[in-house]
Amino acid sequence: MATASAITAEREHYLNADYGFRSWLLTTDHKRIALLYLISITFFFFIGGFFALLIRLELLTPQGDLVQADTYNKLFSMHGQVMIFFFLIPAVPAVLGNFLVPMMIGAKDLAFPRINLLSWYLFIIGGGLMLYTILTGGVDTGWTFYVPLSTAYLGTHVVLAAVSIFIAGFSSILTGLNFIVTIHRMRAPGMTWGRMPLFLWSNYATSIIQVLGTPVLAISLSLVGLERMFHLGVFNPQLGGDPLLFQHLFWFYSHPAVYIMILPGMGVVSEIIPCFSRKRVFGYEFVALASIGIAVLGFLVWAHHMFVAGISLYSAMVFSFFSYLVAVPSAIKVFNWTATMYKGKIYYSTPMLYAMGFIGLFTMGGMTGLFLASLGVDVHVTDTYFIVAHFHYIMVGGMVMAYLAGMHFWWPKISGRMYPEAWGKLAALTIFIGFNLTFFPQFVLGWTGMPRRYHAYTPEFQVLNVLSTAGSTVLAVGYLLPMVYFLWSLRYGKEAGDNPWGAAGLEWKTASPPPTYNFEETPVVTWEAYNYDDLPKEVPVVG
Amino acid sequence: MFPNFPIWPVRAATSASNLDALFIFLLLVTGTVTIMIFILVTLFALRYRHTIVEKPTPILGSLALETTWSLVPFGIFLIFFVWGAVLYFQERTAPPDSMEIYVVAKQWMWKLQHADGQREINELHVPVDRNVKLIMTSQDVIHSFFVPAFRLKQDVLPGRYTTLWFHAIRPGTYHLFCAEYCGTQHSGMIGSIVVMNPAAYEAWLSGGGGEGSLASTGQKLFQQLGCGSCHRSDTQGRGPNLVGVFGKPVLLEDGRTVVADENYVRESILNPGAKIVAGFKNIMPSFQGVVNEEQLLSLIAYVKSLQGSQQAEPVSNRPAVPNTSAQPRVK
Repeated sequence: MATASAITAEREHYLNADYGFRSWLLTTDHKRIALLYLISITFFFFIGGFFALLIRLELLTPQGDLVQADTYNKLFSMHGQVMIFFFLIPAVPAVLGNFLVPMMIGAKDLAFPRINLLSWYLFIIGGGLMLYTILTGGVDTGWTFYVPLSTAYLGTHVVLAAVSIFIAGFSSILTGLNFIVTIHRMRAPGMTWGRMPLFLWSNYATSIIQVLGTPVLAISLSLVGLERMFHLGVFNPQLGGDPLLFQHLFWFYSHPAVYIMILPGMGVVSEIIPCFSRKRVFGYEFVALASIGIAVLGFLVWAHHMFVAGISLYSAMVFSFFSYLVAVPSAIKVFNWTATMYKGKIYYSTPMLYAMGFIGLFTMGGMTGLFLASLGVDVHVTDTYFIVAHFHYIMVGGMVMAYLAGMHFWWPKISGRMYPEAWGKLAALTIFIGFNLTFFPQFVLGWTGMPRRYHAYTPEFQVLNVLSTAGSTVLAVGYLLPMVYFLWSLRYGKEAGDNPWGAAGLEWKTASPPPTYNFEETPVVTWEAYNYDDLPKEVPVVG
Repeated sequence: MFPNFPIWPVRAATSASNLDALFIFLLLVTGTVTIMIFILVTLFALRYRHTIVEKPTPILGSLALETTWSLVPFGIFLIFFVWGAVLYFQERTAPPDSMEIYVVAKQWMWKLQHADGQREINELHVPVDRNVKLIMTSQDVIHSFFVPAFRLKQDVLPGRYTTLWFHAIRPGTYHLFCAEYCGTQHSGMIGSIVVMNPAAYEAWLSGGGGEGSLASTGQKLFQQLGCGSCHRSDTQGRGPNLVGVFGKPVLLEDGRTVVADENYVRESILNPGAKIVAGFKNIMPSFQGVVNEEQLLSLIAYVKSLQGSQQAEPVSNRPAVPNTSAQPRVK
């Protein structure tokens, strides 16, 4: 960061306003906290990614030959826990959301700047405990902590991992709380709900889930810890408990958590497609309300993770029905993004390539979700690689693509520098190809019957596993590229200027990088969101 | 036996054929829509690229389109839902004439017990063209009984029974996988289902066993544990008469009625005070920790065998050799 600010030192902005570790570790500036999160989650992304590569390497051959069974079980458990709780959930809200929510509504900061810093510290404490868990032997509960396996049959650091996630959960709750209050109370004059960028609508919907859902995760993990240490008997059938109760509690949070992960990504895509189509988003109200619809309906579908777990026939039918209902708003979004491109003036800049990739991969993830929502079919494909492929299409193909789209789109604003466009396009293409090569074969693997979480497998599954492992190496290269050129651009990138994309949105009306309090004076909004009709028709910086 | 690089699993049961039909329908519909979206995105990206479009056309939206692409998908989803629910209902409802096999899962093996006394580990022999119902429980953690060739899967839980039924249509050997992560050797908890022609199955049946039927094992245990001193076959016992009870509704002391199924009998042995039969006292001791899962199953098999006969000691009304001419459930 210091290098970037040294070059643009003539003007004071949030990066060069103050120097030294203290100025970062005690900052209450939402933009600096966003960068603290960016560094933290990038670290965890590469740790989780490293575990994923080891998993794929083990699965290159049918025998369990690279690592031992226990080690393999730890690898997929920690891959899941790190990626979900320490990367995917904070990724867009805590990095891009933190940076952009106040700027997009024309505010100086979030409503509670110190709570914002506190939430980063909670994340770091939780993350530190997770690292400690990993370094002292790890945990092999899966990311799902199913009982009674986790409470009575494993000798690893189950409680430690649960505490780490428990603490990180509060970081997520506080961020959500901050966003809700900020969006309600701190909008600039004229920034009505109907004029808010869709990124804000989706982050608002996400925040609702974070605040309402995460406490239930805290409850279920606490109960696992207490049951493990004191034999409470809440889940243990021998003491009159019910193991399915844990699954209900866990999925009551963990299904909505899927929407915590994907909704902000949808928000990112809703910003990028209009900008590079030079058009207002198609059906603004429908895309906005679809976010709220997903957040609300998302709380009513949790037991679709339990169709073969031993729940009653009729409750399964109710949950299947709601699962189809929640798919409707997602479908509405996909159709509206596609329609936005119709009769636009389309630029193939890197963020747009990622956004188009997102539409494709998210659509495939969503469509395969329809298979899983169908009770009869779910019985066969659940707990197989079909599920693994499905949620990676949503989480990685959807969410990570959207996150990278957003990082490229707002990098000029964050750093004041342009990343090298040609490398950006190359990375987007590499990731798209690597991703499909990794995860498409897993749909077939699952359909033909390979269960998930298998350290060794029967020989007929090998060809598809080799394809998948090959894809994962391509994907790894794809993820390293942006890491390298973003760092490179801090020193060597072209100066971006205030608005290199000619984008609508208040964040583009201030300097890049923005001053500490975002705007020289509080903006007054008199226009609708995505007023590209009133803006220049060309994107100023074309790669 | 297992061809290399399969893209479609073997169809070895009626449930597999039914599921494949819905799966193909889903593939066709979702595939068409997905390809349509891919084509539109690509087409728009090419047709409206910035080098050939002078000026974008402002379009705000269209209520008609929004309504269409909300309602049409919803309608299609309803078809998926109903079809899937009907299939699930079939998958979950065993026909009454099913032959019953008991499954006890533990870290990391499958123990299977036939009604006629044969016991197997990690291998289950079943006849083709018969309805087979599995009554399953776990000794430790949650496992899941998964047979890809049948397209069936059911979690196996500690502390209660879950069931699964199938009607195999094709002799052969098929994978049995544990599909719920259950600890270190989860991926080693695999076995096979051997579907046999009726003649071969009878030969296999007569080759093993010798310990007598499961119900007779249960009967011996029933006597050893002294159950019969209270559960007498007349009306004078301090416990309810068990003859003809299984599968029937039972009136409880608190006015509720429950059906005396496997889970009820299990609970009444392990936690007798939970559901007291009307007219009786809570005097029975718990057998938690006294009988193991397999003994419990034999006791249940014995209680089941006490069907409607007024004799004191009817062991089994089940034919020693399964009746191969039983009507298969045809769908």
